[in-house]
Amino acid sequence: MDAAPILELRDVTKAFAGTTALHGVSIRVEPGRIVCLLGDNGAGKSTLIKVLSGYHQPTSGQILLDGREIRFAGPRDARKRGIATVHQDVGSIPLMSVGRNFFLGAELTKGVRPFHHLDTRNANRIAIEQMQRFGITRITDGDQLVGTMSGGERQVLAISRAMYFGARVLILDEPTSALGVKEASYVLRMVSQARAEGVGIVFITHNASHAMAVGDRFTVLIQGRVAAEFARGEKAREEVINLMAGGEKIAELEEELAIE
Amino acid sequence: MTRLIRRPEFGAFAAFVLTYAFFAVVTSGAGFVSVNGTAGWLNLAAELGIVAIPVGMLMISGEFDLSIGSTVGAASMVVALGTSFFGLPIWPAIALALVLGALIGLVNGLAVVKTNLPSFIITLATNFVVLGATMGFSRLIANVTSSSIVQSESARAVFAARWGQANVSILWWLGFALVCGWLLGKTTFGNWIYATGGNLTAARGAGVPVERVKVILFVLTGFAAAFVGVLQGVQWNSGNSTYGMGYVFQAPIVAVIGGVLLGGGYGSVVGIVLGTAIFGVISTGIFYTGWSTDWVNLFLGVLLAAAVLANNYVRRMALAAR
Repeated sequence: MDAAPILELRDVTKAFAGTTALHGVSIRVEPGRIVCLLGDNGAGKSTLIKVLSGYHQPTSGQILLDGREIRFAGPRDARKRGIATVHQDVGSIPLMSVGRNFFLGAELTKGVRPFHHLDTRNANRIAIEQMQRFGITRITDGDQLVGTMSGGERQVLAISRAMYFGARVLILDEPTSALGVKEASYVLRMVSQARAEGVGIVFITHNASHAMAVGDRFTVLIQGRVAAEFARGEKAREEVINLMAGGEKIAELEEELAIE
Repeated sequence: MTRLIRRPEFGAFAAFVLTYAFFAVVTSGAGFVSVNGTAGWLNLAAELGIVAIPVGMLMISGEFDLSIGSTVGAASMVVALGTSFFGLPIWPAIALALVLGALIGLVNGLAVVKTNLPSFIITLATNFVVLGATMGFSRLIANVTSSSIVQSESARAVFAARWGQANVSILWWLGFALVCGWLLGKTTFGNWIYATGGNLTAARGAGVPVERVKVILFVLTGFAAAFVGVLQGVQWNSGNSTYGMGYVFQAPIVAVIGGVLLGGGYGSVVGIVLGTAIFGVISTGIFYTGWSTDWVNLFLGVLLAAAVLANNYVRRMALAAR
């Protein structure tokens, strides 16, 4: 039923001095699918993202890219191979322009070495075009500082940037949690559009509603372990929320509060 | 118009015009605006300016370098002892001094990125280490802490030429400003400098080699400080361990006056140049007023406070939603 995964983790464990953040986690990222990674704070989501995006090497276990085992030399290496990570709030640089942010780390230059320099005009033009493609029409000047844009607009900038640079896997770290309802639905719509273009998406969130709105598959992490895995429609929202919080505890809490 | 106000050097430009006009009016007839007067403040600004530019770029990347002061002195002593005590020709001695400056920068840079300690403290330590080492070794080797330099025609032509009152250092300042201005404003490396200081995590996430950016800037700063040491040594015909100690705080001060944000991520070479020019105008202008030069520091302090407030305001303006 599913296409071959682009990126896959098999039985990955990541230990830091003294603590183990991930225990034997396996996850598959398929083209044109959204896999939602759910978990409470401290469940190991950020460590998992860092392993997926090349920041950390797994202590044990395998990373497979197109079915072949791989070790990422670093985030730059992972990005070069089409794995793009968009962070909740640290993805952009407020005091830099839209055009400069868009091409950061992959600058557009012109002229011959060693006198090659930034091609600001084209960078600005492309950045604006790409954001407009995903429905941002308020931003029309590539020289505008990113700090003047809304949270949703910054997310769209970051995602459209990753798409432009040929991302095959998009790792979205809490893309909606800092946003208002309207802005969040905007970003969710963009995520669906990215899926339609065949990108494999890892959607990390602790907001079960946002996950249920777009997800195809769901993985729940608790204390560094995969606590549950299921496909769209297999579980109800309340069930998922309970799972994330550690199951019975929520029920207990509800009972307790009801008594008072 | 708002576009102009949003530029990092706008405040510095306004401040420059105001200070210059102030001294031009107060000292009218005393020769401050004459060719010689202009050469005077440009000379003073030039040497500080050469080291202030990389210091400012380093600040934009989010780091400090307070070791520049002793590096200036150390470089001048290398040239002095090299030529007068070891009998080296001056050019190899100069090359040695410049390499030493770059090395001090390299050590600073590596220490900062490896330890993750604040560069303020690390380079403050280096400043004393280098000053102490320069004095100690000079004493040990030649039993002096300052020494004369054995000159050559060519070295004087490059580092100490004069046209009327104007020193060749003004041209070097201009050269540094053009090269660094292009580097910071127009190149990929410059983009990385802003990104590194603007948001370290995001820059790293985008694949910017932030550690390398910082180390390169420290090396550039050490090199520029050594260059100023050579410039001063050749100009004044002697090396001295304590040359340049004034720059330790003057350089970051003029960078901030020029619109560089203390926290990093914002600023421009044009701004730093204007900040340095303001410093030159005040320091020289005071002479022409006939007032005591004691007032220079008062002026600078007030200006620095005003600049920090203005920068903060400009930054908020720049980030205000449109």
